[in-house]
Amino acid sequence: MIEYMNYSPRVLNAMLTAGCYDDVLRSRAIWACTGCYACTVECPKQLPVTESIYALKRASMRAGAYPRRFITPVLARQFVRLINKRGRSSEAWISLALYLRTRPFQLLRYAPVALRLMRRGRLPLRPESVRQPAQLRRVLAALDVTTGEDA
Amino acid sequence: MSYAYYPGCSAKGTGRAYEESLHAVFGALGTGLDELEDWNCCGASGYPAVDAVKAAALSARNLALAEGARPGLDPVDVLAPCAGCYRAMLKSERTLADGGAVAARVGGALGAAGLRYEGRARVRHPLDVLVNDIGLDRIAEAAVRPLGGLRVACYYGCLLVRPYATFDDRRTPTSMERLLESVGAEPIDWPLRTRCCGGSCYCGGPLIGALPEATLRLSYRLLKDAKRRGANAIATVCPLCQFNLEAFQGQMARKFGEPADLTVGFFTQLLGTALGLDERALGVHRMLRWRLPESAGAEGGAHVRA
Repeated sequence: MIEYMNYSPRVLNAMLTAGCYDDVLRSRAIWACTGCYACTVECPKQLPVTESIYALKRASMRAGAYPRRFITPVLARQFVRLINKRGRSSEAWISLALYLRTRPFQLLRYAPVALRLMRRGRLPLRPESVRQPAQLRRVLAALDVTTGEDA
Repeated sequence: MSYAYYPGCSAKGTGRAYEESLHAVFGALGTGLDELEDWNCCGASGYPAVDAVKAAALSARNLALAEGARPGLDPVDVLAPCAGCYRAMLKSERTLADGGAVAARVGGALGAAGLRYEGRARVRHPLDVLVNDIGLDRIAEAAVRPLGGLRVACYYGCLLVRPYATFDDRRTPTSMERLLESVGAEPIDWPLRTRCCGGSCYCGGPLIGALPEATLRLSYRLLKDAKRRGANAIATVCPLCQFNLEAFQGQMARKFGEPADLTVGFFTQLLGTALGLDERALGVHRMLRWRLPESAGAEGGAHVRA
């Protein structure tokens, strides 16, 4: 994934030490992280690299600094909205919504795969939902009140 | 004997064959799986990128529901087959166990909805349960149609063993190799077995690849290397890995000018084949490609039992 990060985790760390917070929060680099924890396992200093990048993603969201044309932060927001509403994700719907929002012309490219999956019952169109969305919403709403750094 | 079972969103969609084969295998081994009543999404890798405390609360609700379904004092093992769910739930479980500020807030939020997490419910992966609870001896004994001739690349991906290595090594895990070897398969030596497929970018929304170019390349590397090492199938433990490696083989061939055709199944489907289970029960008809060597899963095949 490193090829797709304009700054490596090492450079991100140096930038933060040097006080270039804005550049870090606006970077695509933090949003290209898949969260696979390979760096966390390999770090000789045992730094929590992946968790730090998650924290930077949240800071970038809060500051509204995330790159608007990059697909991962858009996906994360979409995903959170869906979970808050229904409690479960529906692969078909989230893919469709995301593509319509970011690159509608690409939908055609994926249509053949989608059809093959549908024929095998792997892409149900009925949106999934928990039976008690109100209960889940109460849990989440109880966490709304406080603000500040959250992890 | 039965375990609580947390399917996760993919088990109801692209990963249906995983759920089907899991039920079939556990049933054949005399172990039940009780699906958690009204479970919600684990938050995957998308929710913690927006709100870490709420992400912890999502799994906390599921753990609380699991305890509610089995009152008493005994620990409750919750099986989470998707590696993404497994990591998310473990993270939440550990956050709640450390008793810090986040644990207190999440506990309060559960209380506001009439729920409570006592700490009895713990997340486990089916691979762990099969190897360490049920045991390889019992499984080898039940293998009526061993997988002779199946050179399998056991693919763990990222989140089953990272960052929490609960039951295996996080650099060189061996559970899946030992499991499939016990039913006659020949696991290949494969250094890439814990490399990321790019799937955690998907957030339960496949067909997209958050970064299509990037994920395609990551998956292609895995397929190509497994083929080069002589594998005739890849076994996965995660619906996102399975999907990523299977669904875009045509696109990879076009983009990289080399075929990337390889059967990519769930480890439970391969295990179920060795147990002599019906292909339909194992969800084989849902796969885009399924070709095993004829000797694998054949009736009366010679089985190397230790």
